[in-house]
Amino acid sequence: MSAKVEAFTFSAENVAKAKVIVAKYPSGKHQSALLPLLDLAQRQHGGWLPRAAMDHVAAFLGLAPIRVYEVATFYTMYNLKPVGTHHVQVCTTTPCWLRGSDQVVDACRKRLGVDVGETTPDGKFTLSEVECLAACVNAPVAWIGDDFYEDLDGASMTKLLDDIAAGKQPKPGPQVKRQTSAPISGAKTLTKNS
Amino acid sequence: MPKLTIDGTELTVPAGTTVLQACEQLGIEVPRFCYHDRLQIAGNCRMCLVEMEKSPKPIASCAMPVNEGMVIRTNTPKVKKARQGVMEFLLINHPLDCPICDQGGECDLQDQAMGYGMDRSRYDEHKRAVPDKDLGPLISTHMTRCIHCTRCIRFATDIAGVEEMGALGRGEHMEIGTYVEKAITSEMSGNMIDLCPVGALNSKPYAYTARTWELVRTETIDVLDAVGSNINVQARGREVMRVLPRLNEDINEEWISDKTRFAYDGLRRGRLDQPYVRTNGKLQPASWKEALTAVAARMTSLGGHSMAAIAGDQACVESMAALKDLFRESGSPHIDCRQDGAKLDAAVRASYLFNTTIAGIEEADVCLLVGTNPRWEAALVNARLRKRYLRGGFRVFSIGPRLDLTFLVENLGSGPETLGAIAGGGHPFVETLAGAKRPMMIVGQGALARADGAAILAAAWRVAVTCRMVREGWNGFNVLHTAAARVGGLDIGFVPGAEGGLDVNGILDGATAGKIGLVYLLGADEIDMKRLGSAFVVYQGHHGDTGAHRADVILPGAAYTEKAATYVNTEGRVQQTRRVVFPPGEAREDWAIVRALGEAVGVRLPYDTVAELRHRLEAEHPHLGKRDTVPRAPWSSFGTEGRMDTAPFVSPIDDYYMTDAICRASETMAECSALFVANIQGATGTHG
Repeated sequence: MSAKVEAFTFSAENVAKAKVIVAKYPSGKHQSALLPLLDLAQRQHGGWLPRAAMDHVAAFLGLAPIRVYEVATFYTMYNLKPVGTHHVQVCTTTPCWLRGSDQVVDACRKRLGVDVGETTPDGKFTLSEVECLAACVNAPVAWIGDDFYEDLDGASMTKLLDDIAAGKQPKPGPQVKRQTSAPISGAKTLTKNS
Repeated sequence: MPKLTIDGTELTVPAGTTVLQACEQLGIEVPRFCYHDRLQIAGNCRMCLVEMEKSPKPIASCAMPVNEGMVIRTNTPKVKKARQGVMEFLLINHPLDCPICDQGGECDLQDQAMGYGMDRSRYDEHKRAVPDKDLGPLISTHMTRCIHCTRCIRFATDIAGVEEMGALGRGEHMEIGTYVEKAITSEMSGNMIDLCPVGALNSKPYAYTARTWELVRTETIDVLDAVGSNINVQARGREVMRVLPRLNEDINEEWISDKTRFAYDGLRRGRLDQPYVRTNGKLQPASWKEALTAVAARMTSLGGHSMAAIAGDQACVESMAALKDLFRESGSPHIDCRQDGAKLDAAVRASYLFNTTIAGIEEADVCLLVGTNPRWEAALVNARLRKRYLRGGFRVFSIGPRLDLTFLVENLGSGPETLGAIAGGGHPFVETLAGAKRPMMIVGQGALARADGAAILAAAWRVAVTCRMVREGWNGFNVLHTAAARVGGLDIGFVPGAEGGLDVNGILDGATAGKIGLVYLLGADEIDMKRLGSAFVVYQGHHGDTGAHRADVILPGAAYTEKAATYVNTEGRVQQTRRVVFPPGEAREDWAIVRALGEAVGVRLPYDTVAELRHRLEAEHPHLGKRDTVPRAPWSSFGTEGRMDTAPFVSPIDDYYMTDAICRASETMAECSALFVANIQGATGTHG
């Protein structure tokens, strides 16, 4: 995948989606649709935003391109460089780190054979370290595709990557026996005994 | 009107005033970096912190509007400590390379660090480094020095109207730039250099050539367009090192155009520094005596009716007056100051002035542009139009090419038919004007410098009357000139004499036909030299441009930075240049050359000093004695009704950076022209 992309236009389907997004905002405030439209463009373009896509969104909303560049460079969730099919974003902020995110990152390094910020040669995986994903109660957390995988450790992370590489769709959420973010040792309140 | 107390002094200020502005009214100095009174408020540098009663934290005074009963303190230990803290943070990532920084000596950060900072640094970590950006041939960048005040972004977005600068990235990784490496496509971009409070944006041509304290500063005016921007020319020894703007609210506020600022290197190149006489087909260096004798011999052998004079775009009033006197005494009625052939009417002053005045644009509510591209013809007039436009309630219409003027322009048509329709009152535009209180129109040289110019001027007059643009206390009829010399020339009547005098076209046709034997070019380079035929050409000017190449005798004159001379700007405002440096070599002040030539011809012009010449001028034209004011010109009818051609209007300027001999000699302007104009003409871009 080359970093130089000459042209980008929304697909017909996405133009329709974009119009729905723009219609959510009062008339004259259509520039508020910038964030969702950039996301739409990123999804259409394999997970990253070339300059052509930002220019297209700018033209779509009637904004100066620089106003779009400012926004796209500000938010880390917009990728300005190509990423693999599966973007593995491991949280390493304090709560996750205390709960062993180092092992999770190491497992990724070992399983994928690439370091943080790199993409596997087959273009399938990109490994990233990210700041707090706001799921500390299930730390450590990794974010792949549109899903959070929680309560990870080295072994479960490796298995997760194996499954994804094999084309399976692992179950999102806690990777241990736990219902969402309920106490790991079972319910403490609203039980028959309490 | 809220009343507040600042440092124990009570004062009442209009609602909406900020605390910082209120402090300024009391003469209290509040340090600031991001705040600038002509830009939108950003409030991001935090240097202007002051203490407000009942507020637990110090407040940013630039962004805090005053309130009834506010109690502000600007000199408490808490304020001092807060500012010290801000200063310390600002300096964390600032390289402190003042000894090699061009801003050194005139740097806000340097000055305020002295005034409000600590006496030492407590920071011994690594500083961040930021890659420099390429902003084109005018601005050099040292982005590591940037303190993120965002003044340049706000200037580009609001004043210049080119949204190209932005803040990219976040937090520690924030950088100011354009994201795509590109030059700023504005005719006003140089002002960012002045606005930058640190040395992040510097002048590229001036970079590392001088320290600010070595420069001798002279307050003068610019003559590269007809706006007459007030400038401060700074020189070292005999060399002009840079040009900066000078505040004049009525003309240029505190901005100048890039041409005004950066064309000065043209003053060093291609100069005529000694007289030349053409012998055996080649220009040979000569003494003043030889040159003047050669001209005088030709002038006396020819009758007055076979001599003609054309004044160029930068001729001063004094030299044109002297030349006019000389030609009148020699019996020649063939003089003209309109080298572009514009059909301007010298008889009615209101017909060739920018009557509304530049500052007056801010009071207008509708503007009609006729055959003009103000962005290139007078960048600061365009900036004023944009300023008015941003305030709202201002519609701009145009007749002529479709242009990007940085604001919305509604195009009504491309040529004289539309103008004629409006003049006749049958065009829908006339109804748009019904509710307008102060409508104005700007007629450019693109509409007047053509064969049917007089008829177009008459039609423009009719439009002004039909649309009631001239009313009690308001004159909305404006002519926008491109040449600094034009209004002065028309004021003193440097136009063909009544007794069969020929205008520029007549002179050139006469020269082609051999009827005009001598043509005196006073700095006139923008005429078609081929049409001079076999005439004997005298060129008086400062640059070896087209006129000098064609000349038979060259009389080296002074450029605008080398003489104290009078110019009248497009509004009719009389201003004077001052001498910054002496003319190079043998070159002399222009009026004195004409005076000396008169002596050689045997016509003794009745003045020996420039003061006597001015005294005489002021006696003849009293308004020339009133400097820096715009007296209202009386309104009457002008123009000659006639048939108008259907050809569309075109702007007289096809390259903003190459309009006169000084610009054409400037390497900086050549770079700009190659970069911006070639790009524009190649693509569909902004122009046309």
